[in-house]
Amino acid sequence: MSHMLLRLDGLTKSYPGVLANDAVSLQIAPGEIHALLGENGAGKSTLVKMIYGLVKPDSGTMMLNAAAYTPAEPRAARSAGVAMVFQHFSLFEALSVAENVALGMESPPQLGQLARRIREISTQYGLPLDPARRVGDLSAGERQRVEIVRCLLQDPKLLIMDEPTSVLTPQEVQILFRTLNQLSHEGTAILYISHKLEEIRTLCDRATVLRGGKVVGHADPRAKTAKELAELMVGAELKVTDRAGRVLGEPLLRVTDLDLPAITQFGPSLKSVHLTLRKGEVLGIGGVAGNGQEELLAALSGERLSPPGTVMLRDQDLSRLGPNPRRKHGILAAPEERLGHAAAPAMSLTYNAILTGTVRKPLTRNGFVNFAAARRFAQDIIAQFDVRTPGPDVAARALSGGNLQKYVIGREVLQSPDVLVVNQPTWGVDAAAATAIRQALLDLAAEGAAVIVISQDLDELMEISDNFAALNEGRLSAPRSTADLTMEQIGLMLGGAQDMDPPAPQTEAALQ
Amino acid sequence: MIGGIDLTTLAAMLMVASTPVLLAAIGELIAERAGVLNLGVEGMMICGAVGGFAIAVMTGSPVLGFIGGAVSGAALALLFAVLTQVFLSNQVATGLALTLFGLGLSALLGKGFEGVRPPATAKLDLGPLSDIPVLGPVLFSHDWVVYLSLVLVVLVWGFLKYTRAGLILRAVGESHDAAHALGYRVIAVRFGALTFGGACAGLGGAYLSLVRVPQWTEGMTAGVGWIALAIVVFASWKPQRVLVGAYLFGGITALQLQLQAAGYAIPVHLLSMAPYIITILALVVLSAVHGRNAQAGPAALGKSFHASS
Repeated sequence: MSHMLLRLDGLTKSYPGVLANDAVSLQIAPGEIHALLGENGAGKSTLVKMIYGLVKPDSGTMMLNAAAYTPAEPRAARSAGVAMVFQHFSLFEALSVAENVALGMESPPQLGQLARRIREISTQYGLPLDPARRVGDLSAGERQRVEIVRCLLQDPKLLIMDEPTSVLTPQEVQILFRTLNQLSHEGTAILYISHKLEEIRTLCDRATVLRGGKVVGHADPRAKTAKELAELMVGAELKVTDRAGRVLGEPLLRVTDLDLPAITQFGPSLKSVHLTLRKGEVLGIGGVAGNGQEELLAALSGERLSPPGTVMLRDQDLSRLGPNPRRKHGILAAPEERLGHAAAPAMSLTYNAILTGTVRKPLTRNGFVNFAAARRFAQDIIAQFDVRTPGPDVAARALSGGNLQKYVIGREVLQSPDVLVVNQPTWGVDAAAATAIRQALLDLAAEGAAVIVISQDLDELMEISDNFAALNEGRLSAPRSTADLTMEQIGLMLGGAQDMDPPAPQTEAALQ
Repeated sequence: MIGGIDLTTLAAMLMVASTPVLLAAIGELIAERAGVLNLGVEGMMICGAVGGFAIAVMTGSPVLGFIGGAVSGAALALLFAVLTQVFLSNQVATGLALTLFGLGLSALLGKGFEGVRPPATAKLDLGPLSDIPVLGPVLFSHDWVVYLSLVLVVLVWGFLKYTRAGLILRAVGESHDAAHALGYRVIAVRFGALTFGGACAGLGGAYLSLVRVPQWTEGMTAGVGWIALAIVVFASWKPQRVLVGAYLFGGITALQLQLQAAGYAIPVHLLSMAPYIITILALVVLSAVHGRNAQAGPAALGKSFHASS
């Protein structure tokens, strides 16, 4: 490829104490879909921020179309033909779709005319959008369309996508990929960042791997397996999760006929949920986001109380007990939202350990905090779960998403629960850390605990769970053994098909 | 004449009585739509009142006085902007401090001006319009500031609804992080919005001391700045509703003055209280009726912004 669209040479950027990018060089050809791979904290975000003009490199050069390219701010990048779709949407909820699009453009036309253009472009690329709707009322997938359409209206030569699929349903992912392929055929280059290696293998032409701020290799993602790609990122051989050593014991947790009204106006209500969880079992619960996952976790953790007799641990009725009494009985939970739900963002890791740990760990004495013990507990979590942080006195919000996730899961696992309920345990976590978290959950089950994993990552659920159930509009399907479940059947379960075969008995054989 | 009150005079007084609170509220509306909660409106108003008064007396020109009032209010607002936007101080605490500071500073600056009469602000000559019966005295026989305040409401409404700059201002107030990610200068926008808000409040204060009263007395704003803040909230941050709220407040103020003059046997204190109580009640009812449809405030209102987070 002689003519390169973007050529980065020796880009270096350091922050106090961290060398985020160390002499990174990269070339992207027109129309190429180029993957940028790396663990959390490998420097991917810093690199794309430099390309998009949000961060200035300390040294190194960038060339766009064989001309020097030094964007001082995103506007300059946009007018040079570089557009970006952010990981956390940069949208304004109270404004309409058209207004949001206008804000991302340099010289937008009149709103009426813009609305017509939005309709045109969005249907042309198979992403229909109503320009007059308020963004706050849109689904995650539709919000992303707004961002993409905003970029497309400016005829970008290079489109940067930072983890675009993490909030999308499988169907939405397919639509997105069709759009991206169409764009690539029309000559737009795409720089694609994702943790989902299978996606990269289906979508991308070339991959550049970053580790510790340095380029450690290039790869043809189609020629490699996901495992090989992950090992390139980690720089070490990747362990496969080990399911062995688990024996299913007597039933531990019984949920019977659980009905709960919706938390929010738009959320689903839980409708007669039944489930039985046995010692040593990992139950995977799949489903598209917003079908009752948060509601189910809240009902199990004790955040929301349910009618008497609906949640039973062994022979005890926990339905009317709040989170702390339930912790005492052995049910722990790690909710999906890390900042603000699972952890208090402004408080240190030590304090965050005390917040859930004090019931099962001796972290307080006569109502006073035992700081030495609490700090030790926090340090244990950090050490055993490989949380990358300077120490337990760092505020939770200072950790990257993946690191905080490891901390949150570790905090619950180390309290040796009888039943652990986790929602999206590996969301936004890199491959190596995700494997570690999954292994920790399996090990916990091998020690005789029971684990409920709520996740949207079906591969993850198939990898670690014994039985699989699907949540659809607040209804939980009957659990089926994962050993004899095909992806097609799972798809039907996720779609809410109730008239499938009677639930397969949970055979011991399936677990060996 | 009904019950000893001349309705034409009442209606004419209404517009004059409403102008200070309308100016302050429309300025605060812009600041809040940009995501900054400035509780120092009262302080900026009274500094505008004393600044405008002093300059008008010294130069003999009411126009220069109004400009001086606006500049005084804007200067105080800039102080607030530097503290909250650059040094990231808490907006609520800083706003309260600004009010206290403004009240104290104005008392000090106004020492030599008590009992002085300011130069009169001329009524705008609207020719034959002023001679129309009833409508003439009610609508077309005021000074230019009254009309300026109404023009400002229309301009602010159009600015927020139709212009790109208005859209950017609203975007900054909705999510400063997203606006920053798109490359907009959050702090610059907020400085601009705060300065405009301060200038409007100062202008409203100067109108109190130069036209409405007209003289300088310590603490003469008497809570009008707080009413302006309340009006912005209950008006759901919409300029047209701010106009309604301000004219309601001004109308009841004018009415209670007329009732006092007509010699009704209602205790003066109750009458003086009435504009505040009735305005708040009316606005609460108004926003309760709108219920869920009432627009929520700007999502980033009162939150500090720093580019690193």
